[in-house]
Amino acid sequence: MAAVDGVLGPPESLWEGGERTGADDHFARGGHAVRSKRDLLLPVLHGLQDEVGWISRGGLEYACRRLNVPPAEAYGVASFYDRFALGERGTFALYVCDDIACKCAGADEICAAVEAEHGSTGMAWYRSPCLGLCDRAPAALVERSGRPYRQTQLAPITKKQATAIMSRGLWEDLPTAVPQPQGKLLRRVGVVDPESIDSYRAAGGFGALRRALELGPEGVIREVTDAKLLGRGGAAFPTGRKWDAVARAPIRPHHLVCNADESEPGTFKDRVLMEGDPFAIVEAMTIAAIATGCEHGYLYVRTEYPLARARVENAVAQARAHGYLGEDVAGSGVRFDIEVRRGAGAYICGEETALFNSIEGKRGEPRNKPPFPVQAGLFGRPTLVNNVETLVNVLDIVGEGGAAFAATGTPDSTGTRLFCLSGHVRTPGVYEIPMGTTLRALIGLAGGLRDGRSLRAVLLGGAAGSFVTEKQLDVPLSFEGTRAIGATLGSGAVIVLDDTADIESILLRIARFFRHESCGQCVPCRVGTKRQEEILHRLLVERQTSHRSDDVALLADIAQAMRDASICGLGQTAASAIQSAVIHLKVLDG
Amino acid sequence: MASPSFVGLPRKMLPVTIDGQEVQAMEGTTILDACRRLGVDTPTLCTLETLTPVNVCRVCVVEVEGSRVLVPACSRKVEAGMKILTDSERVRHSRRLVLELLASSVDMSLCAPEVRGWMSRYGADADRFGPGAATVAQPVKIDNELYVRDYSRCILCYKCVEACGVDAQNTFAIGVAGRGFDAHISTEFTTPLPDSACVYCGNCIGVCPTGALMFKSEHDMRAAGTWDEAQQHVTETVCPYCGVGCMLELHVQDNSIVKVTSPLDHSVTSGHLCVKGRFGFEFVQRRGK
Repeated sequence: MAAVDGVLGPPESLWEGGERTGADDHFARGGHAVRSKRDLLLPVLHGLQDEVGWISRGGLEYACRRLNVPPAEAYGVASFYDRFALGERGTFALYVCDDIACKCAGADEICAAVEAEHGSTGMAWYRSPCLGLCDRAPAALVERSGRPYRQTQLAPITKKQATAIMSRGLWEDLPTAVPQPQGKLLRRVGVVDPESIDSYRAAGGFGALRRALELGPEGVIREVTDAKLLGRGGAAFPTGRKWDAVARAPIRPHHLVCNADESEPGTFKDRVLMEGDPFAIVEAMTIAAIATGCEHGYLYVRTEYPLARARVENAVAQARAHGYLGEDVAGSGVRFDIEVRRGAGAYICGEETALFNSIEGKRGEPRNKPPFPVQAGLFGRPTLVNNVETLVNVLDIVGEGGAAFAATGTPDSTGTRLFCLSGHVRTPGVYEIPMGTTLRALIGLAGGLRDGRSLRAVLLGGAAGSFVTEKQLDVPLSFEGTRAIGATLGSGAVIVLDDTADIESILLRIARFFRHESCGQCVPCRVGTKRQEEILHRLLVERQTSHRSDDVALLADIAQAMRDASICGLGQTAASAIQSAVIHLKVLDG
Repeated sequence: MASPSFVGLPRKMLPVTIDGQEVQAMEGTTILDACRRLGVDTPTLCTLETLTPVNVCRVCVVEVEGSRVLVPACSRKVEAGMKILTDSERVRHSRRLVLELLASSVDMSLCAPEVRGWMSRYGADADRFGPGAATVAQPVKIDNELYVRDYSRCILCYKCVEACGVDAQNTFAIGVAGRGFDAHISTEFTTPLPDSACVYCGNCIGVCPTGALMFKSEHDMRAAGTWDEAQQHVTETVCPYCGVGCMLELHVQDNSIVKVTSPLDHSVTSGHLCVKGRFGFEFVQRRGK
């Protein structure tokens, strides 16, 4: 109860689960005022999980009482998200990432070592999908519930460290190198103090906001349109067109959502931005809000990023204290504020409509489109939803003008782009390059392969992307360039795999990832991802010899149905990496 | 005669083409409505006239010119000039796979006969995935005297959740829980129904397309091998309990009521009843009292 009240404040009456007072017999409280608090369900569940380590029946029912949510629905929500445990467990938990990049760095040996000493997964330790720390693989996340609640990213982690943490239930922070500033988007990362607004201002921060206020909403949208900026989250939708549609939408209020639920395996650029330059995100969101007439913004950060979340929360608080957020943004008379929301372990919530449902306190199930978010998004209102990297681009667009921005890159893919290099490269990390640079040059920037190794493949775009081979390394990294070879830039994940990589094990991991992350709403994805995993298991683990070609054809059949008939992008791309491996890497031949 | 009602603002008729045939469809109606007007048989599982479309089963998908992926006919509204294909190779492929994936994981033997018709029309073969394919098989939940829940027959069409929620009953006793292949319909913490918010209106049974939710009387008779729909006749009557005037359809076998339903298109009930109308029929059968 204390955990729930810690989030919501004490109950005001018997109607909300408090003590009975005389007035409670005469006045009913409820209706819209209570129902409109539904969106606090996830923060309340986090409160319970943070304090106790799991969510008890009593805790859930008290939360339901406070928020006027039916228990069956709240149970459905809690059981949807990976982070919430509904059975009793301890306060300590270690999550070991065994996704692609960490697998290449020996995550399976770490898991085996922990398992040998502490029993199979579920005994206070869990295998986790990508934690977004691929530049420092292998990675783990450790947490201890209670007061204070502690959650720490540990990377790179060794077998010895992991088993020692498990034995003692204690840990120390690992030192992390400060990333090097580069290019335009990353020029302040590693330079400014991410916890100080003065440091950000000294580096020219909030200059773009001042310029945006001079330009006015139409002016900003014109610059963004002239810049021909395309969304960096994966779908590459023209940002200017999206902003214009929200600005023109007659229904009010408008909402702004910054999508920082970066969960695509191999992707960590948004984390680097949030950890290194959080004020830039606050400033960019404010500009977007002014341009599109939003008074309320949500910044949805995945739960696996405790440092990024702390930094953006601090940035929002400092910006508010300095008058850059609130009733009167920078003295302009415009009202805008940002609320940081925490994801709860669901890849699907990176899909924009699933993200809306998650903010609204519901299961993260994607909605059918149309209607599109610009017409009916968060709380059914016109909503502007942009990825972190997309928004940060806006600062330069406003600062230097759309035309100047469009001079970088290719005519159809303007500007620079952040790529997350991981796997078998000498120096993994985020690299900023002009659009249209070749994949070969990008891998060169990261120091290339280690000595004596040859390239097996590159997984471009993460688990939802596709494999690219040595022959295709000269592909220009632009939206049109990758489309021409049937690949995608996706979220900017570039996982490089040399001849030591166990491609089969990686494919099984990808199949497991999608089976685990499918929301379960539509049949092609819910059952298709399950069947895809089963068939791959049959072919690659059991080494079945009969009917191999039937099974390969069956995989292709499932892939086509998932691509054509799934509701959202998750299902539509759930087979793409595996199919590209079948075609380009010939993994299932013979 | 029907009472006068506000018909709303005048709506335009929009020209659309379905499989090469031009048809005028009213603005605001769905592709499915247009298909039905043309007599194009479109398979559906999760849609029902009385419920909000959730478009999750994806068996009604059609190809719309200019759309990258297939679109669900049940919820996509018609637009002027839409060119729709309902029997293209892509459509047939997806419909077949959806039926195969469902039938390989769920016991669909009590589905309506049309479902078997669609299976053969699209050449669906559920055995293609091999004998090891995971299913949702589990024991039947029998925790009350009125109805049973056999979730090994559940295709997760969301209809029961909608009927229990805002589309009809507003009781919210059940919801979708879990994720992915493990998603399932459940009360909170899988509490038995008598301890849940359930009011036994049975509206979830009324909308269930697969026999996963069933009158206990029907379940027991099926188990005993005495259930015989050919021997049943339906008597229409009005519920005697209160003044609302719900229409009941009494399914009678061997002079005993075995199940009660209400027609979907009835203006009073839209197919929904309360516990008394749905289950309060035992007194009729206490002969000699």
